[in-house]
Amino acid sequence: MSAAISEPLVITEAETRVAVATQRQLIWWRFRKHKLAVVSAAIVLAFYVIGVFADSIAYSEPFDTMASRSYIPPQPIHWFDADGRFHPRVYALKGKRDPRTFKLSYAPDPSEPRDVVLFGRGYDYNLFGLLPTDIHLLGVANGRPQDALFLLGTDQLGRDVFSRLVLATQTSLTIGLVGVTLSLVLGVLLGGLSGLYGGWIDVTIQRVIEILRSIPTIPLWMGLAAAVPTSWSPQRVYFAITLIISLIGWTELARVVRGRFLALREEDFITAAELCGASRLRIIFKHMVPSFLSHIIAAVSLALPAMIISETTLSFLGLGLRPPAISWGVLLQDAQNLQTLALAPWLLVVAVPVIVVILAFNFLGDGLRDAADPYG
Amino acid sequence: MLPYLLRRLVLAAVTIVAITLVTFGILHLPPVDFVTAYAAQAAASGTSISAAEADAMRLAYGLNQPLWVQYWKWLSMVSVGDFGRSFEYGRPVTEVIGDRLWLTVLLSMGAIVITWGLALPIGIYSAVRQYSIGDYVFTFLGFIGLAIPNFLLALIVMYFGFRLFGINVGGLFSPDQQLAPWTWTKVLDLLNHLPVPVLILSLAGTAQLVRIMRANLLDELRRPYVVTARARGLSERRVIMKYPVRAALNPFASTIGYLLPFMVSGSVIISVVLSLPTVGPLLLRSLLSQDMLLASTIILLLGILTVFGTLLSDLLLMWIDPRIRLGQLR
Repeated sequence: MSAAISEPLVITEAETRVAVATQRQLIWWRFRKHKLAVVSAAIVLAFYVIGVFADSIAYSEPFDTMASRSYIPPQPIHWFDADGRFHPRVYALKGKRDPRTFKLSYAPDPSEPRDVVLFGRGYDYNLFGLLPTDIHLLGVANGRPQDALFLLGTDQLGRDVFSRLVLATQTSLTIGLVGVTLSLVLGVLLGGLSGLYGGWIDVTIQRVIEILRSIPTIPLWMGLAAAVPTSWSPQRVYFAITLIISLIGWTELARVVRGRFLALREEDFITAAELCGASRLRIIFKHMVPSFLSHIIAAVSLALPAMIISETTLSFLGLGLRPPAISWGVLLQDAQNLQTLALAPWLLVVAVPVIVVILAFNFLGDGLRDAADPYG
Repeated sequence: MLPYLLRRLVLAAVTIVAITLVTFGILHLPPVDFVTAYAAQAAASGTSISAAEADAMRLAYGLNQPLWVQYWKWLSMVSVGDFGRSFEYGRPVTEVIGDRLWLTVLLSMGAIVITWGLALPIGIYSAVRQYSIGDYVFTFLGFIGLAIPNFLLALIVMYFGFRLFGINVGGLFSPDQQLAPWTWTKVLDLLNHLPVPVLILSLAGTAQLVRIMRANLLDELRRPYVVTARARGLSERRVIMKYPVRAALNPFASTIGYLLPFMVSGSVIISVVLSLPTVGPLLLRSLLSQDMLLASTIILLLGILTVFGTLLSDLLLMWIDPRIRLGQLR
């Protein structure tokens, strides 16, 4: 027996580090291990940066229509000139109408190159809604970018798909954030009440959640969204749609919050705080919230993609945001039927950011959920 | 067993009441009441209805009385199957909906059956062969399935179906069978067209269920009784299939309740994209043209059907799980 005890106790440096680490550090270390989640976090961040600088990254006025630019296929940038030097250019396009089918086709004309430059001039906008400027990330040296640059082609009305996609990213990502904030407020409030008081309040709220979850959401959303008057301004429609989406999206968040409240209520440190005479509010905000904040963040990052899908779906059906508003769903509406897709398959490119962002949010949420409880 | 059953029945009844309330709300959401909208629509199409007729309709729906009277009148008409007339089609709502409701049910149920049929073996495989190549492939496919909204998947399938195979995957019937009466040829035609939409619809659900099944089964496989069973020389197949799979199946069954509304929702969307003759496109059209009696009827019927489906799944759960049958759980 003594042999076992006399074995020297070696405490490695790493162990000490873990022992004295704060909760935040432990969560960070655990999160860091989930490589996919870290990459996803970077992707999500990149998308929000695009959202913030949308007007700078777009190069063409998103509402600028022109019939002679209808359905231009994506045009690549030619990076090197004939001598093999780095010299990014695009070629001017010559449109030609087929005399029999009346279909416009375009051919690049290498004799008329236009230089692509960084930080060129384009349409006027306000950076962060404040600073008036006309500097865009990409531009062409001589001439207007909307006549020369077609990185992802144009739609039927000759509007640039790339620029519209960038601006749509801004709308779709913020609607997700606003929607999730609204359902978070509802979810924390109702889930908190449910978990804290128990009894008939808990039973009622749980039944309401069960009922809400057993009604098919899409028909319900469609019914509610269709009632938004067509005369409303895009901003009002935006808020109405966000409200409708979050009215049904709060149930999952409420479930998480309630679960955490129920689990924490039994913890010794809560009992200790109660015995010390701490008030209810103090217990909730000083002792309970910090220990389940990480769980809520994880649940939020899992709820966001659902919000984004909802908005995209409603707008796609023509019941959500309506033109002139630009969102992923509005853009996909242009690609709704087979005829258009056969004619202009590049309109389907909107699917790429939708899928990438939803995947990234899902992986990020998974990683956060694992990291939220670093002792497990 | 009886308390469980009673609880479920009461909850279903409350849910149906909630659905009627919501539907009634949607019926009255537009700023113009539906009789006025009807009259305007009729006037626009040149077949104006008389003021007396409009007044008779207002009286029947009690439109100038308090809301609860209106609700009651509407409810008592709806409960005997009188859903009123569609303004756009000028025919009774039931006639307009016709077969479409059953095709929606068929599509949703088909998707659930496929979801189960795919998720069960894949889930078992992924758990038993954890971290194998197959497991990784299915996990990857699962994530893709979760990330693609199903209307987008329908669009992509439609595009590639046309691009690679030159076929139009839309619709549930061939053009010559569309208006034909129900015969065996038509049924066979339907069965021929069903797989593509059903597979599209079931992908997201399958991905979700595979994840649940895999996690559950992994938990069960680590239990001591599995080791015991193996130690006693049971065949590997029996060790896995006899107890762990059965135990892991339980939460699996309880998700049907959420799967059904999910499928009904999805079927509405992909029907619009693939132009399937279900209630989906009809609902969209009626909402866009403010044909509120038709729209609200569709929402009501979909909701009620979902409640019945969920109730059925609860009964199924009772049959699968002896703990519920013996009243030890919940």
